[in-house]
Amino acid sequence: MVPLEHFLVVSALLFSIGVYGVLARRNAITILMAVELMLNAVTLNFVAFASYGDPDRFTGVIFAIFVVTVAAAEAGLALAIVLRVFRNLKTSNVDEVDSLKW
Amino acid sequence: MGGALTVEQVVFYLISAVVIGSAVGVVALNNVVYSALFLVAALVATAGLYIILRVEFIALVQVLLYAGGVIVLLLFALMMTRGRDVPHQLSGAQQPFAVVAGVALFVVLAAAALATSWTQPEVLTGVSFEAIGQSLFSTWAIPFEIASLVLLVALIGAVVIARQEGD
Repeated sequence: MVPLEHFLVVSALLFSIGVYGVLARRNAITILMAVELMLNAVTLNFVAFASYGDPDRFTGVIFAIFVVTVAAAEAGLALAIVLRVFRNLKTSNVDEVDSLKW
Repeated sequence: MGGALTVEQVVFYLISAVVIGSAVGVVALNNVVYSALFLVAALVATAGLYIILRVEFIALVQVLLYAGGVIVLLLFALMMTRGRDVPHQLSGAQQPFAVVAGVALFVVLAAAALATSWTQPEVLTGVSFEAIGQSLFSTWAIPFEIASLVLLVALIGAVVIARQEGD
């Protein structure tokens, strides 16, 4: 059997890669992709803990379902905002969207 | 432990390598479409990890919702925001700081995970579809309804925000 720690390390690595992506990228859609990676790492952690814990109390699995739900809602809403910004400012780079900065 | 690896461990390491490699591809490539396709690979490979954890339901949800839904949405948004200057320079000048932040976070998280002694069962029994359904519609009924409300609000919000003026 694979030890629990290995799942946690994979999940930590995935989350760190997502953090790097969010911080380094300029394009709003690639930032969203990195956020999806981070949410994926969180889900993996939830499911790993649920699976290695008491099988009769699998709250982590339920929370994984909620994370996936919220991720879908977030992706839909964020992409709508990106589309709107692109239509108004002709760019999807977050560092060029600075109308509020005077 | 030590000694020979079991088949399950070999499969775990292979899938983990695919997940991590694809994730690096998502954040490192300079072509947005390739990034999106690597994201599909990372998410589908994660479904493989869920199967190793014996939670097949989440693996199915992962493939259906992410590979089927979110990725299609992302690719549509990519098509519609294809400006003159999209390729090249996908990463900003803050990239070195981002590397430091990512590495530091990983060191802290991995050290915490490895330093803790976890109680682990002898075998993984997994979580059955029936158990998830029972629990979702009894113990978690109200959060479940709220989640559906969140989805509805996000759906209406997305339509309102993305609509063309004058429709």
